[in-house]
Amino acid sequence: MAEDDEESAAGGGQFPELSYPQKKEIAKWFLLNSPCGEIQYVAKEVRSVLQCDRAYDDAADEALPIYNKSQMISLEMPGGTGDVLVTNFGEIRENEYLDPRTAQVAVVDHVNQVCTEVRPAADEELPSPYVEEYRDSLDVEVLKYVNEFYRKGVCSVYGAQGKHVGGPGLDFELVVAISAARNSPQNFCNGSWRSVWDLEFREDLQVINLKGKMQVSAHYFEEGNVQLDSEHECKDVTRIQSPEDSALSIAAIIRHHESKYLASLEASYSTLPDTTFKELRRKLPVTRTLFPWHNALQFNLTKDMEKELGIRR
Amino acid sequence: MEAAMGLMRRMPPKHSETALSALLSLMPDHSADLLSQVDQPLQVLYDVDCGREFILCEYNRDADSYRSPWSSKYYPPLEDGTQPSSQLRKLEVDANEIFAVYRDQYYEGGISSVYIWEDDNEGFVACFLIKKDGSKTGHGKRGCLEQGAWEAVHVVQVGPEEDGRAHYCLTSTIMLSLTTDNESSGTFGLSGSIRRQMNMALSVAEGHMCNMGRMIEEMESKLRNSLDQVYFGKTREMVCTLRPPAEITQMRMLPKS
Repeated sequence: MAEDDEESAAGGGQFPELSYPQKKEIAKWFLLNSPCGEIQYVAKEVRSVLQCDRAYDDAADEALPIYNKSQMISLEMPGGTGDVLVTNFGEIRENEYLDPRTAQVAVVDHVNQVCTEVRPAADEELPSPYVEEYRDSLDVEVLKYVNEFYRKGVCSVYGAQGKHVGGPGLDFELVVAISAARNSPQNFCNGSWRSVWDLEFREDLQVINLKGKMQVSAHYFEEGNVQLDSEHECKDVTRIQSPEDSALSIAAIIRHHESKYLASLEASYSTLPDTTFKELRRKLPVTRTLFPWHNALQFNLTKDMEKELGIRR
Repeated sequence: MEAAMGLMRRMPPKHSETALSALLSLMPDHSADLLSQVDQPLQVLYDVDCGREFILCEYNRDADSYRSPWSSKYYPPLEDGTQPSSQLRKLEVDANEIFAVYRDQYYEGGISSVYIWEDDNEGFVACFLIKKDGSKTGHGKRGCLEQGAWEAVHVVQVGPEEDGRAHYCLTSTIMLSLTTDNESSGTFGLSGSIRRQMNMALSVAEGHMCNMGRMIEEMESKLRNSLDQVYFGKTREMVCTLRPPAEITQMRMLPKS
């Protein structure tokens, strides 16, 4: 596939028109690689270069749900009941996403990235009262944390595997999803922070295993195109306690790891100028003075002579 | 074309090759425009005669072969491949030697190539290329990059000499990507590309190479600086906007308590 593309690029002449499936795949590739907050712009541009609305529409129908879930976008629910996160964990059907806090199911139009209506969640879509107690307590604590530490963050706590267990003695899992995005196209800058925490309640060992994954991306594109792409995974463990106490300790662990991660990002940035970036190009030459263009050849000649003398020796 | 350039400005720079080949297959009629306006990762070949690597670009290509700046031979071999005039070839040989020293001083490794050819308006055009793999398995001196690539393309259009002066128009593009990976902070990746232009009318008393070299040196330092300060800085600012560092959060919380 890639080889074919290169050949056609070098040939620069007769091309057969691309087939519908080829156009659709190309459109999907562009859509799925859109930086956060820019898919609607990419969509317009892809439609224009594709010159085939059917291939574009079909590509968008397939790519947008995947993109929206992987970016964990938040959409405003009608009726002023807050934002719903579009995630794998809340997915009931491709266009239906549970908002556990309000026990509502949001109907989502993926292509236009809007929530069109909400309905009350059915009982089987919600956790059992036992799991819900843990989920709800944790939601309160995570929401407090997110409101305090993120400029504009949205979070959800989902019942996952085993969410229907009726009481103590059985394992279950919760998932915390945090998503914060900021789009300021007028400043040529977009970014997003996403973190997902898997919490495994192991009743036999009386522990909660935490597994976190944090992803941060940013795009700055005023007269250029520079993107940050970073990712980190970590693990921790705590004891199972009452729903309220478990919630407090889980939220504290999440806050600790996310703050630590932010600090490590800051550290990565501060080592850029003098170490990391220097690996690519130094700010000044090894001689610490501007390059002597006027007598560079003499300079080089000396070097060559030294080299030759070295060989002779 | 506008939409295509828009897409190139949005796609992750590390995927620019894939994005470009997708656009070429969609818009075959615009292939010349696309190839001249979009910078692609630089490829390298080995000059067996001189035992040195050289960089490929549109400027040293003839049919499917590329001319080495060291031996001036085409790889794969090509009979009657275009050659610069002997006068320009002499300048090209010097330029390659000098530029290799410059490259070594700023890059501590890497590969460079310079190509010079006649222009339609009595002047000439010179293309200076640098490619550096700064990863710990490549030419990274400090071993801190899992992956690291820097590619610079400088094209200088030199006008005809008039009263001992010539006009120089330099167009420079930098493409780079770097990734660090360690247990405590995970993967941290930055990638990007920028392009700028610089125009100057200079006395040719010290020779064209001095003038072109100084312009390139100034431009590279400017671009490196703005990548570091402005472009990386903006992404850093964005991270701090999404989740402000604790000190800022506490300050924000103070008035309430």
